[in-house]
Amino acid sequence: MTTPDPYAAGGAVAPDAVPHNPATHPSPEADPAGPPPAPVEDDSARWRAAVHRVFAGGWAVSVGAVLLAVLAGSVMIAFTDEGVQEASSYFFARPLDTLGAVGSAVGSAYAALFRGAVWNFRADDLAGAIRPLTSSLNFATPLIAAGLGVAVAFRAGLFNIGGQGQMLAAAAGAGWVGFAADLPVGLHLLLAMVAGIAAGAVWAGIAGVLKAFTGAHEVIVTIMLNYIAFYGISYLLATPGLLQAPGSANPKTPAMQDTAILPRLLGERFTLHAGFLVALLAVVLVWWLLNRSTLGFGFRAVGENPAAARVAGIDVRRTTVVAMLVAGALVGIAGTTQVLGTVTTGFSYDIDAGIGFDAITVALLGRSTPWGVLGAAILFGGFKAGGSTMQAAENIPIEIVLVVQSLIVLFIAAPPLVRAVLRLPQPQARPRRRATTREAAA
Amino acid sequence: MKLELRGITKRFGALVANDHIDLRVEPGEIHCLLGENGAGKSTLMNVLYGLYTADEGEILLDDEVQRFTGPGDAMAAGIGMVHQHFMLIPVFTVAENVMLGHEETKAAGRLDLDAARRRVREIADRFGFHVDPDALVEDLPVGVQQRVEIIKALSRDARVLVFDEPTAVLTPQETDELMAVMRRLKEGGAAIVFITHKLREVREVADRITVVRRGRIVGEASPTSTDAELAALMVGRAVELTVPKEAPRPTASALEVRGLEVTDPTGAVVVDDVSFTVRGGEVLVVAGVQGNGQTELAEALVGLQPASGGSVTLDGTELLGRSVRQVLDAGVGIVPEDRTHDGLVGAFTVAENLVLDRTDGPPFARAGQLQLGLRDRFAAEKVEEFDIRTQGIDTPVGRLSGGNQQKVVLARELSRDLRLLVASQPTRGVDVGSIEFIHRRIVETRDAGVPVVVVSTELDEAVALGDRILVMYRGRVVGVVPATTPRDVLGLMMAGIPQTEGASA
Repeated sequence: MTTPDPYAAGGAVAPDAVPHNPATHPSPEADPAGPPPAPVEDDSARWRAAVHRVFAGGWAVSVGAVLLAVLAGSVMIAFTDEGVQEASSYFFARPLDTLGAVGSAVGSAYAALFRGAVWNFRADDLAGAIRPLTSSLNFATPLIAAGLGVAVAFRAGLFNIGGQGQMLAAAAGAGWVGFAADLPVGLHLLLAMVAGIAAGAVWAGIAGVLKAFTGAHEVIVTIMLNYIAFYGISYLLATPGLLQAPGSANPKTPAMQDTAILPRLLGERFTLHAGFLVALLAVVLVWWLLNRSTLGFGFRAVGENPAAARVAGIDVRRTTVVAMLVAGALVGIAGTTQVLGTVTTGFSYDIDAGIGFDAITVALLGRSTPWGVLGAAILFGGFKAGGSTMQAAENIPIEIVLVVQSLIVLFIAAPPLVRAVLRLPQPQARPRRRATTREAAA
Repeated sequence: MKLELRGITKRFGALVANDHIDLRVEPGEIHCLLGENGAGKSTLMNVLYGLYTADEGEILLDDEVQRFTGPGDAMAAGIGMVHQHFMLIPVFTVAENVMLGHEETKAAGRLDLDAARRRVREIADRFGFHVDPDALVEDLPVGVQQRVEIIKALSRDARVLVFDEPTAVLTPQETDELMAVMRRLKEGGAAIVFITHKLREVREVADRITVVRRGRIVGEASPTSTDAELAALMVGRAVELTVPKEAPRPTASALEVRGLEVTDPTGAVVVDDVSFTVRGGEVLVVAGVQGNGQTELAEALVGLQPASGGSVTLDGTELLGRSVRQVLDAGVGIVPEDRTHDGLVGAFTVAENLVLDRTDGPPFARAGQLQLGLRDRFAAEKVEEFDIRTQGIDTPVGRLSGGNQQKVVLARELSRDLRLLVASQPTRGVDVGSIEFIHRRIVETRDAGVPVVVVSTELDEAVALGDRILVMYRGRVVGVVPATTPRDVLGLMMAGIPQTEGASA
C-alpha cells in the first residue's frame, strides 16, 4: 500500500459525512471559473475571462448561427416578394421604395412567423392568443425527445442517424398496444408507452450491438435500419391482421383506443398533450444521467476518449450498447407521443414526419446538452408552427423556413465562419497552455 | 554559412514562446540548444525554417537579412532540417525520397532516377554513410532512415543543418554513430544547430551550448559543464538526477511472470517467452529501444492485450484472462505509456480524471450516482498532495502541461490500495522538475512494499530508478541485470547482444 487511502471502499472516512452540496461544490457547468485551489484573480480579470468564455464558447456560435440563418432567410424573403420585385424595377429612380418594400416584406413575414409561433396579437381572446405557443410546444415535444436521443448518442461518441427507424419502431410498438389491447384506463396508456419506448430502444440497440461487437459503423447501420423499419412498417401496414386497420385498404392503422391516449393538458381546445410533460421529464432525466450518474460518466468518457476509458476499466462495448439503448428509448418517446398524443386517429409510415432527422439538427444546435436541446427543439417547434402561418398570411413559401433550418446547421458546422462574420473572438486567441506547448514541442 | 538570429520573438496569444532570442552559429560549429520540453526550442527552429513567422526580430545568413514565407524559402537559402519525426515516404526508395520536391527530369517528364542515385552515393561517400539508394525506406532501420533525412537536406546544398531532437528514436549505439556523423558534417564546414534535452549528448558533441527556458535564453554554458550545472540552468534550480533511495527491502508479495507470450493481430510474436519475478519493495525497469515488445508486455500484464500463452500471477492470483476492471480491482495501478491517449480524457476536468477508474462503486459512486462533493474534496486534496499546477479542479486536464497531466495519472493510480504498480514511460515528455517528483513517488511506492514494474526507453531513468533492469530486444529478454551494470553493457544489451561477463541477477 502506498498511502493510507481514506477514500477506499470501506475506508476510515464515511463518505456520507460529506454529502454533495451543490452550493459549495458547483458543477463544472455551473461555475467554470473553478472553486478551491484556483488562484485568486482580481475582479476585472475574472470578468474579462468570463466574457471571453461566453463569446469564445460554443453557445455564441449557436446563437450566431440562428441569427445569420434568419438574416439569410430575410434576403430570400426579399427576393421572392412581389412588392420588392416591383419596386426594384425602378430602383435607380426611387431606391427608397425598394428598401421600404424589403422592410415591409421581411417585417410582415417575421411578424407572421411570430404570430403563428408565439403570440397571436390579432386574436380576440386569450385562448386564441396563446394557441400558437401551445402549438409550438406541441411540435417541439417529439423534437425534444428525439433530440435528446441523438444528443445522448453524441456524447457517447455515436452518431445516431437512425431517428426515423427508431421512431417508426416505437410508433409501431406503442400503436399496436394502443389500438389492439383492451386494458383499463391508466395501465393501457402506461403499457403502450413502455412498448413504444422499448421498441425504439431495441431498434437502436441493434446498431449498438453491431458497432460494439463487429465494429460496424453506426452511421451506416442506423441508416440501413431506417430503411428496414420503413419498409417493414409499410408491410405491416399493408397486411390485414397486423397493423392495418380492419376493413380498410389504406396503409393505415386503426385509431387508438381512448384508454391509450395521452390526455390534453389545456382542455380540448388546445392540442398540447401530456407528451410534452414526458419530454420535459426526459430532459431532467438526461441531465441527471449525463452529469450525475456513473452510467453517463461512462458514456462521456467513452465518447471523449475510448482508449482512456478502456484503461480505466470501463467496458467500452457494454457502454456503446447501453448508450444506443438509451438513445433509442429517448427517440422512442418521440414516436410514442406522436401516435398516442398528436395523431391518435391511426398512423401510417410517414408518422416520423422527418423528426428523426430534425433531431440531429436540434442536438447540434443544442450542443448535445439537455437544456440546449430543449431550447433548440422549442425554437424548431416554433418554426414549424409559425411557418404555416407565414405561408397562409403572407404567401411566403414554407420552404424558406426549411432553408433557414438547414442554414442553421450549415453555420453550426462552420464555427470560424460565424465567428468571423459576427466578430466573435476566435477560441485559439485564448492562451491555452497545452496547445502552445504542443506547438512549441512540435 | 553563418547563421544569426536577432531578437526573435514569437507569441501565441498571451503566451510568449520565444522572447527576444539572439543566437549565432558559425560555420564548422555544433551549437547546442538545450532546454526542457516546451521551452520554445522547436518554435524557434520552426521560425528559422519558415513554418512560423516571427512577430519581431530577424534572421541573417552571412549577414544578409532573410525573409522566409515557407520551408521552400528556407531550403533555397541553404537551411536544412532533420525532424524528430521523419518526413519520408516509407514506400519510396532512398533515391526517390531524396529527389522528392525537386525532381530532376529527363525528356517527356520522366524522372531521372540515375541522377538521384548518383547524388545519394556521392553524399554518402563524402560523409562515410552506407546507404543503398534503391532500398525502400520502410525496410531500413530507424538510424539509417535518419541518415536519409540528412542526405535529403545535404542534397539541397544545406549549409546550416538543424537537428530537432534527433536521438529520441535511436539506440545508444545509433546515437553514437549520429554524433560521429555530426562531427564529420562540422568538419565539412556546416553550421549545425542541435536541439535536445539530453545532457549527456550535449556534452559530447557541442562546441557551444545555449540554454533556453520559458522562451528565453537563460545562459550559455561550455561543454565542460557538469550535468548538474546544465540541468540547473534548464530548470532554474538545482535538480538531483539520481533518485535518492535506500537498498530494497523485499517483501513476501511478488509478481511472477512465466513464459508470457503475446501475438499481435498480424500473428507476429511480439512478446516471446518472457519470464521474470518482481518482489514487493523492488523496482524492475524494463528497458530497451522503443518497439521491442515492452509496450505489449506492459499491456498484457494489466489485461489491455490478450496474452497467447504463459501466466502472470500476483501474490498467487492469476491475472491473465481478466478484464481491465478486474485487474484494477485486484490492486494493480496502471500508468499507461501515452497519457493523452490512454491515461486521461482531455476534455474532462482534473477532478473527473482523478476518479476516472473509480466510478464503478463506493465511495465515489453510490446507487449509480456520482458523489460529486466527495470527489471534489478528494481532487482538491490530491492536487495539493501531488503539487498539480492547475487553475482549479474544474480545469480540463488537456490544458495542463505534460508534467502536470502525468501527475494527475499518478495521483489517481497511487491513491488506490495498490498491490502492484505498472508504469510505462512515466516521465516521457515531462519537465525535469516533475521527473524528480514522479521518481520520488515511485520509490515511495516501492518502499511501501509494492512490486513496481517501470517500462522506460531512457537509459538514465532505468539506471536511476531501477533495482534491477530487464532488457528486451525483439520481444525477448536479453537479460536481467543489476542497475549498477555499466551503461555500455546495457547499450549493447539493448542492441540484442547479451551480457557475457558478470553474473545475471
